[in-house]
Amino acid sequence: MKFKVNGHEAFASTGGRPFDKKKPLIIFVHGSGLTHMTWVLQTRYFAFHGYNSLAVDLPGHGLSGGKSLKSIEEMADWVSDVIDAVGHKEASLVGHSQGCLVTVECTSRYPNKIKTLSLMGGAGAIPMNPELLSLAENNDPKAVDLMMDWAHGPAGHFGGHPVPGLYHINTGTMLAKSRTIENTLGVDFRACDNYKNGFEAAKKIKCPTLSILATDDKMCPVKEGKKLANLIDGSQVDIIDNCGHMMLLEEADRVLTVLKKFITTNYPPLSS
Amino acid sequence: MSDKKKELKPNTYKFDTLSLHAGYQPHKNAGSRQVPIYQTTSYLFDDVDHAAALFNLERGGHIYSRISNPTVGVLEERVASLEGGTAALATSSGMSAIFLTVMTLCEAGDHLVVSSQLYGGTVNLFRLTLPKFGIKCTFVKPRDTEGFKKAIQKNTKGIFGELVGNPGNEIMNMPEIAKIAHDAGIPLMVDATYQTPYLCKPFEHGADIVIHSLTKWMAGHGSSMAGILVEGGKFDWMQNDKFPTMTKPYEGYHGLSFAEEFGPTAFTMKARAEGMRDFGPCLSPQNAWNVLQGIETLSVRMKKHCSNAEEMVKYLSNHESVAWVSHPSAPNHPDAELANKLLPNGKGSMIAFGIKGGKDAGVAFINNVKLASHLANVGDTRTLVIHPASGTHSQMDEATLKFAGLSHDMIRLSVGIEDIDDIKNDFEIGFRAARKPRLVSNQ
Ligand SMILES: Cc1ncc(COP(=O)(O)O)c(C=O)c1O
Repeated sequence: MKFKVNGHEAFASTGGRPFDKKKPLIIFVHGSGLTHMTWVLQTRYFAFHGYNSLAVDLPGHGLSGGKSLKSIEEMADWVSDVIDAVGHKEASLVGHSQGCLVTVECTSRYPNKIKTLSLMGGAGAIPMNPELLSLAENNDPKAVDLMMDWAHGPAGHFGGHPVPGLYHINTGTMLAKSRTIENTLGVDFRACDNYKNGFEAAKKIKCPTLSILATDDKMCPVKEGKKLANLIDGSQVDIIDNCGHMMLLEEADRVLTVLKKFITTNYPPLSS
Repeated sequence: MSDKKKELKPNTYKFDTLSLHAGYQPHKNAGSRQVPIYQTTSYLFDDVDHAAALFNLERGGHIYSRISNPTVGVLEERVASLEGGTAALATSSGMSAIFLTVMTLCEAGDHLVVSSQLYGGTVNLFRLTLPKFGIKCTFVKPRDTEGFKKAIQKNTKGIFGELVGNPGNEIMNMPEIAKIAHDAGIPLMVDATYQTPYLCKPFEHGADIVIHSLTKWMAGHGSSMAGILVEGGKFDWMQNDKFPTMTKPYEGYHGLSFAEEFGPTAFTMKARAEGMRDFGPCLSPQNAWNVLQGIETLSVRMKKHCSNAEEMVKYLSNHESVAWVSHPSAPNHPDAELANKLLPNGKGSMIAFGIKGGKDAGVAFINNVKLASHLANVGDTRTLVIHPASGTHSQMDEATLKFAGLSHDMIRLSVGIEDIDDIKNDFEIGFRAARKPRLVSNQ
């Protein structure tokens, strides 16, 4: 659905169900250069099971208007503004990769608004390889190809998409190339590289938190994900074998099962 | 670490590796090294919640083999990977892939601009059958690039063509025609059966949907019928209001907006969810496996097909019994430059040539070759020949033959991967008989 956030048109997928103010809200925040579509194998489930499921496109990404935000802090404020913009007082947040930095920062800034936090392939900091950063800022499609290579584990490289007929790496590539690389991936990578507050922000988080990590994740390795999780009081960790950074697609079912249990326990749906 | 900075390079698998491995992980299939044949119609649900989730496209997975099957799924991913596409949907034949593509794209009242040099079955579909569904087509000669632009109407929903026209070997200027399509906000669909992704990846030249009759070179061994449609993932369905069944909540699938939910894979998702459900031209797992087996050696076979074809072009061009030869590798081919640009790895193995002595000579040639098989197929490992004027098109008069790009003296040759000397020797027998047709044609 389209709605306005701070005067700019924003887009969020509602997972195939109309938005319903009565239902609790879950906001899904995508990774660098990507869009709401990375969440399709999680959002639709929650939308059909008593939640408002909003997979947002960050400003300047996917179907959202405006310009890409330049810092993780601005993105965190924007996510909080989305909650207001759709007329809610609170939400559960789910983030992937850069989306983890954004949701960690948002949760630490707005502790009363955020009820649960779920992190996939997260870390306290995501320093960028300088060459990759420069390729993305120079609009070089090789930046996307490198990201897709590193972001995928065996499922991405050999195949085996949970949705019959879909091919991971090429789908991800098309998502990341759907808008100008320097204005999406380039800005996002720089924002990740600049962000230094992750570990401090994590220490402030008090809501139930889940981290899903994957053994073949080269972008945010398990070790880094655990470092972040250890700073968050009582956070749960789930580790997936044989899977890369794109776990939300590569092992979509496993991710959904873990996420479903965590969210429905800590932030129950509107029962029908 | 050495000081020397290594250039960053993506290490994603390359074509020959993908031909063997893409779409399949043994450790998820009992360690079976070969792709298992899932000979089943249906798949257990964990519980009612799981069943509902699969039907609502909340989760990925299999429900019923008309919609999807794990063996067929490996083939779909493999072809998508080789083409550089986001997704693919395999069908029971090439024709059903074309039909499903059109039915996913169009509604009654829509219009398509179509190349006039196509496989005969496809011409019939566009000329005679689609109008029964209220879909009209305007045919344009493949080399008339401007003609494609002029033929676009307000209700035109796409352009369809084969890169190298059949049987005249005229080449469509795919990059230019893609631009024309995109300027008009419509997709370009290309039947790339004759090329396979080894020779040309149409997505790199602007195509949006690629279709194959897998029956031909992809499967390669003349054993199995199959087709596929592949999606490039670049086309923006939401740029205009021409494709409401893709972009608006669609009654045909529980109010789903395919473009919003699935973006670069929206077309394939719709073709499967709606098209396979309602038309049902599903590929059998056994045939999918046969095609996979063929694809494992695709590049090895295509190299040999192309080198044998080039040898045959030279041989035929210098032969006293041959009036003319048409193949994109022939130096006098009018589109040689475009062919070099679009087909750098080889020009394919379909040759048309004219035999001196006209129809009778053609009949004698066909009746006397022993190694080359006389049949209605192309893209077998074996060499195939046919004489359209006396066989498939024998009911046509001279003028109609000409319109279809055929002539009485034309022989169509699909060059196989036998030893080249054996093919030439066989042709010598045919030519010898053709030079004295009356003596031997009725033997
Ligand atoms: C170029 C082309 N497209 C499509 C088809 C139809 O494919 P199938 O015979 O697999 O239905 C053919 C068959 O000869 C063909 O040559």
